[in-house]
Amino acid sequence: MARKILLWLTLVLMMIALYMVFVYVPTEKEMGIVQRIFYLMVPAGWLAMLSFTIVFLGSILYLVKRVDKWDIIARSSSELGIVFTTMALIVGPIWAKPIWGVWWDWGTPRLPATLILWFIYLAYFMVRSFAAEESRGARFAAVVGIVGFVDIPIIALSNTLWQREQFQHPGALVFQGGLDPKMTLTLMVSIFAFTALYCLLLLLRVSLRNAEIEIRDLKELSD
Amino acid sequence: MQNGGYLLAAFIIAWALVFGYVLLLLNRQSKLQQEISSLKEALKERVIKP
Repeated sequence: MARKILLWLTLVLMMIALYMVFVYVPTEKEMGIVQRIFYLMVPAGWLAMLSFTIVFLGSILYLVKRVDKWDIIARSSSELGIVFTTMALIVGPIWAKPIWGVWWDWGTPRLPATLILWFIYLAYFMVRSFAAEESRGARFAAVVGIVGFVDIPIIALSNTLWQREQFQHPGALVFQGGLDPKMTLTLMVSIFAFTALYCLLLLLRVSLRNAEIEIRDLKELSD
Repeated sequence: MQNGGYLLAAFIIAWALVFGYVLLLLNRQSKLQQEISSLKEALKERVIKP
Protein backbone atom coordinates (compact mmCIF):
# COMPACT_ATOMS: atom_id res chain seq x y z
CA MET A 1 0.00 0.00 0.00
CA ALA A 2 2.79 2.41 1.00
CA ARG A 3 4.61 1.56 -2.21
CA LYS A 4 1.49 2.28 -4.31
CA ILE A 5 1.02 5.68 -2.67
CA LEU A 6 4.71 6.48 -3.18
CA LEU A 7 4.51 5.37 -6.82
CA TRP A 8 1.61 7.74 -7.54
CA LEU A 9 3.20 10.55 -5.57
CA THR A 10 6.43 10.13 -7.55
CA LEU A 11 4.60 10.05 -10.89
CA VAL A 12 2.55 13.17 -10.09
CA LEU A 13 5.58 15.06 -8.75
CA MET A 14 7.65 14.08 -11.79
CA MET A 15 4.93 15.30 -14.17
CA ILE A 16 4.69 18.60 -12.30
CA ALA A 17 8.50 18.93 -12.25
CA LEU A 18 8.76 18.28 -16.01
CA TYR A 19 5.99 20.80 -16.71
CA MET A 20 7.76 23.40 -14.59
CA VAL A 21 11.19 22.73 -16.15
CA PHE A 22 9.98 22.95 -19.76
CA VAL A 23 7.01 25.35 -19.56
CA TYR A 24 6.73 27.30 -16.30
CA VAL A 25 10.27 28.39 -15.48
CA PRO A 26 11.75 31.40 -17.35
CA THR A 27 14.86 30.93 -19.50
CA GLU A 28 18.01 32.20 -17.84
CA LYS A 29 19.43 35.23 -19.68
CA GLU A 30 23.14 34.36 -19.78
CA MET A 31 23.13 30.56 -20.07
CA GLY A 32 19.98 30.25 -22.16
CA ILE A 33 17.93 27.07 -22.45
CA VAL A 34 20.80 24.82 -21.38
CA GLN A 35 20.49 26.19 -17.83
CA ARG A 36 17.42 23.93 -17.47
CA ILE A 37 19.81 20.96 -17.10
CA PHE A 38 20.38 22.46 -13.66
CA TYR A 39 16.97 21.06 -12.54
CA LEU A 40 18.27 17.58 -13.29
CA MET A 41 21.89 18.00 -12.25
CA VAL A 42 21.22 19.41 -8.76
CA PRO A 43 18.68 16.68 -7.77
CA ALA A 44 21.06 14.00 -9.10
CA GLY A 45 23.92 15.45 -7.03
CA TRP A 46 21.62 15.73 -4.00
CA LEU A 47 20.58 12.07 -4.31
CA ALA A 48 24.20 10.95 -4.73
CA MET A 49 24.92 12.57 -1.36
CA LEU A 50 21.67 11.45 0.29
CA SER A 51 22.29 7.84 -0.80
CA PHE A 52 25.71 7.83 0.78
CA THR A 53 24.41 9.45 3.96
CA ILE A 54 21.94 6.54 4.24
CA VAL A 55 24.83 4.12 3.53
CA PHE A 56 26.82 5.83 6.31
CA LEU A 57 23.98 5.66 8.87
CA GLY A 58 23.04 2.09 7.87
CA SER A 59 26.69 1.02 8.17
CA ILE A 60 27.09 2.50 11.66
CA LEU A 61 23.85 0.89 12.85
CA TYR A 62 24.85 -2.46 11.31
CA LEU A 63 28.25 -2.45 13.03
CA VAL A 64 26.74 -1.41 16.36
CA LYS A 65 23.61 -3.59 16.41
CA ARG A 66 24.61 -6.38 13.97
CA VAL A 67 21.06 -6.49 12.62
CA ASP A 68 20.85 -7.50 8.92
CA LYS A 69 18.12 -4.93 8.24
CA TRP A 70 20.64 -2.06 8.43
CA ASP A 71 23.05 -3.78 6.06
CA ILE A 72 20.21 -4.38 3.59
CA ILE A 73 19.25 -0.69 3.69
CA ALA A 74 22.89 0.46 3.31
CA ARG A 75 23.51 -1.97 0.46
CA SER A 76 20.32 -0.97 -1.36
CA SER A 77 21.06 2.72 -0.94
CA SER A 78 24.59 2.25 -2.27
CA GLU A 79 23.20 0.71 -5.46
CA LEU A 80 20.93 3.73 -5.90
CA GLY A 81 23.89 5.95 -5.11
CA ILE A 82 25.81 4.49 -8.05
CA VAL A 83 22.85 5.23 -10.36
CA PHE A 84 22.44 8.85 -9.23
CA THR A 85 26.18 9.58 -9.02
CA THR A 86 26.53 8.24 -12.57
CA MET A 87 23.66 10.51 -13.59
CA ALA A 88 25.36 13.54 -12.00
CA LEU A 89 28.68 12.65 -13.64
CA ILE A 90 27.08 12.39 -17.10
CA VAL A 91 24.65 15.31 -16.90
CA GLY A 92 27.18 17.67 -15.27
CA PRO A 93 29.64 17.66 -18.19
CA ILE A 94 26.73 18.04 -20.66
CA TRP A 95 25.87 21.28 -18.82
CA ALA A 96 29.53 22.31 -18.49
CA LYS A 97 30.46 22.05 -22.19
CA PRO A 98 28.26 24.88 -23.51
CA ILE A 99 28.66 27.01 -20.34
CA TRP A 100 32.36 26.58 -19.44
CA GLY A 101 33.57 25.52 -22.89
CA VAL A 102 35.01 22.29 -21.48
CA TRP A 103 33.43 18.96 -20.56
CA TRP A 104 35.43 18.58 -17.35
CA ASP A 105 37.65 20.74 -15.15
CA TRP A 106 39.91 18.99 -12.65
CA GLY A 107 40.48 22.30 -10.84
CA THR A 108 36.83 22.55 -9.76
CA PRO A 109 36.87 20.43 -6.56
CA ARG A 110 33.25 19.29 -6.80
CA LEU A 111 33.92 17.33 -10.00
CA PRO A 112 36.84 15.14 -8.85
CA ALA A 113 35.20 14.79 -5.41
CA THR A 114 32.04 13.43 -7.09
CA LEU A 115 34.13 11.08 -9.21
CA ILE A 116 35.87 9.87 -6.02
CA LEU A 117 32.40 9.25 -4.50
CA TRP A 118 31.59 7.04 -7.51
CA PHE A 119 34.78 5.03 -6.89
CA ILE A 120 33.94 4.74 -3.17
CA TYR A 121 30.55 3.27 -4.10
CA LEU A 122 32.38 0.83 -6.38
CA ALA A 123 34.80 -0.10 -3.57
CA TYR A 124 31.78 -0.69 -1.30
CA PHE A 125 30.57 -3.44 -3.65
CA MET A 126 34.04 -4.82 -4.40
CA VAL A 127 34.98 -5.47 -0.74
CA ARG A 128 31.65 -7.21 -0.33
CA SER A 129 32.15 -9.50 -3.30
CA PHE A 130 35.78 -10.33 -2.43
CA ALA A 131 34.98 -11.46 1.13
CA ALA A 132 34.76 -15.20 1.68
CA GLU A 133 31.74 -14.99 3.98
CA GLU A 134 28.67 -12.82 3.48
CA SER A 135 28.74 -11.43 7.03
CA ARG A 136 32.42 -10.54 6.76
CA GLY A 137 31.75 -8.80 3.43
CA ALA A 138 28.94 -6.83 5.07
CA ARG A 139 31.32 -5.73 7.86
CA PHE A 140 34.06 -4.68 5.39
CA ALA A 141 31.50 -2.81 3.28
CA ALA A 142 30.19 -1.05 6.40
CA VAL A 143 33.72 0.20 7.15
CA VAL A 144 34.00 1.55 3.58
CA GLY A 145 30.55 3.12 4.02
CA ILE A 146 31.70 4.95 7.14
CA VAL A 147 35.19 5.99 5.99
CA GLY A 148 33.93 7.00 2.54
CA PHE A 149 31.45 9.43 4.07
CA VAL A 150 34.36 11.87 4.48
CA ASP A 151 33.84 12.74 0.81
CA ILE A 152 30.27 14.02 1.36
CA PRO A 153 31.08 17.25 3.26
CA ILE A 154 33.88 17.90 0.75
CA ILE A 155 31.35 17.73 -2.12
CA ALA A 156 28.75 19.75 -0.20
CA LEU A 157 31.13 22.54 0.84
CA SER A 158 33.34 22.62 -2.27
CA ASN A 159 31.22 25.33 -3.91
CA THR A 160 31.65 27.77 -1.05
CA LEU A 161 35.21 26.87 -0.05
CA TRP A 162 37.00 26.58 -3.38
CA GLN A 163 34.81 28.40 -5.89
CA ARG A 164 36.67 29.59 -8.99
CA GLU A 165 35.21 32.61 -10.77
CA GLN A 166 35.80 31.16 -14.23
CA PHE A 167 34.09 27.84 -13.51
CA GLN A 168 31.18 28.79 -11.30
CA HIS A 169 28.97 25.88 -10.33
CA PRO A 170 25.19 26.56 -10.59
CA GLY A 171 24.57 25.02 -7.17
CA ALA A 172 26.34 27.99 -5.58
CA LEU A 173 23.62 30.34 -6.88
CA VAL A 174 20.98 28.56 -4.78
CA PHE A 175 22.77 29.36 -1.55
CA GLN A 176 23.74 32.87 -2.62
CA GLY A 177 20.05 33.62 -3.21
CA GLY A 178 20.74 34.59 -6.82
CA LEU A 179 17.87 32.62 -8.32
CA ASP A 180 14.58 33.91 -9.67
CA PRO A 181 11.71 32.76 -7.31
CA LYS A 182 10.22 30.70 -10.16
CA MET A 183 13.57 28.98 -10.65
CA THR A 184 13.90 28.28 -6.92
CA LEU A 185 10.38 26.80 -6.83
CA THR A 186 11.09 24.63 -9.89
CA LEU A 187 14.33 23.43 -8.35
CA MET A 188 12.59 22.56 -5.07
CA VAL A 189 9.83 20.62 -6.87
CA SER A 190 12.47 18.73 -8.90
CA ILE A 191 14.40 17.86 -5.75
CA PHE A 192 11.17 16.65 -4.08
CA ALA A 193 10.23 14.58 -7.13
CA PHE A 194 13.64 12.93 -7.32
CA THR A 195 13.68 12.29 -3.56
CA ALA A 196 10.29 10.55 -3.88
CA LEU A 197 11.78 8.47 -6.73
CA TYR A 198 14.74 7.58 -4.50
CA CYS A 199 12.40 6.44 -1.67
CA LEU A 200 10.35 4.34 -4.11
CA LEU A 201 13.42 2.67 -5.62
CA LEU A 202 14.89 2.08 -2.15
CA LEU A 203 11.69 0.29 -1.06
CA LEU A 204 11.79 -1.84 -4.21
CA ARG A 205 15.50 -2.66 -3.81
CA VAL A 206 15.06 -3.58 -0.13
CA SER A 207 12.17 -5.92 -1.00
CA LEU A 208 14.36 -7.57 -3.66
CA ARG A 209 17.12 -8.15 -1.13
CA ASN A 210 14.58 -9.65 1.28
CA ALA A 211 13.43 -11.98 -1.53
CA GLU A 212 17.07 -13.02 -2.13
CA ILE A 213 17.42 -13.82 1.57
CA GLU A 214 14.16 -15.80 1.51
CA ILE A 215 15.53 -17.86 -1.41
CA ARG A 216 18.77 -18.50 0.46
CA ASP A 217 16.80 -19.69 3.51
CA LEU A 218 14.49 -21.89 1.40
CA LYS A 219 17.53 -23.48 -0.29
CA GLU A 220 19.09 -24.19 3.09
CA LEU A 221 15.83 -25.75 4.20
CA SER A 222 15.61 -27.98 1.12
CA ASP A 223 19.26 -29.19 1.43
CA MET B 1 16.85 27.28 -28.89
CA GLN B 2 20.64 27.55 -28.89
CA ASN B 3 22.24 24.52 -27.22
CA GLY B 4 18.88 22.71 -27.19
CA GLY B 5 20.72 19.53 -28.18
CA TYR B 6 22.62 19.53 -24.88
CA LEU B 7 19.36 19.91 -22.92
CA LEU B 8 17.72 17.09 -24.85
CA ALA B 9 20.77 14.83 -24.48
CA ALA B 10 20.93 15.43 -20.71
CA PHE B 11 17.25 14.56 -20.17
CA ILE B 12 17.29 11.53 -22.50
CA ILE B 13 20.41 10.06 -20.89
CA ALA B 14 19.21 10.70 -17.33
CA TRP B 15 15.79 9.15 -17.93
CA ALA B 16 17.28 6.23 -19.88
CA LEU B 17 19.47 5.54 -16.85
CA VAL B 18 16.49 5.62 -14.46
CA PHE B 19 14.25 3.49 -16.72
CA GLY B 20 17.09 1.03 -17.37
CA TYR B 21 17.62 0.60 -13.63
CA VAL B 22 13.87 0.21 -12.95
CA LEU B 23 13.59 -2.43 -15.69
CA LEU B 24 16.59 -4.24 -14.22
CA LEU B 25 14.93 -4.26 -10.78
CA LEU B 26 11.56 -5.43 -12.14
CA ASN B 27 13.23 -8.18 -14.16
CA ARG B 28 15.16 -9.31 -11.08
CA GLN B 29 11.96 -9.20 -9.03
CA SER B 30 10.01 -11.46 -11.38
CA LYS B 31 12.91 -13.97 -11.53
CA LEU B 32 13.18 -14.04 -7.74
CA GLN B 33 9.42 -14.52 -7.33
CA GLN B 34 9.51 -17.43 -9.77
CA GLU B 35 12.40 -18.97 -7.88
CA ILE B 36 10.63 -18.56 -4.53
CA SER B 37 7.43 -20.20 -5.77
CA SER B 38 9.30 -23.12 -7.36
CA LEU B 39 11.33 -23.66 -4.16
CA LYS B 40 8.16 -23.54 -2.04
CA GLU B 41 6.53 -26.02 -4.42
CA ALA B 42 9.50 -28.37 -4.15
CA LEU B 43 9.47 -28.14 -0.37
CA LYS B 44 5.74 -28.82 -0.26
CA GLU B 45 6.17 -31.96 -2.39
CA ARG B 46 8.90 -33.13 -0.07
CA VAL B 47 6.65 -32.73 2.96
CA ILE B 48 3.82 -34.65 1.25
CA LYS B 49 6.11 -37.45 -0.06
CA PRO B 50 8.87 -37.93 2.51
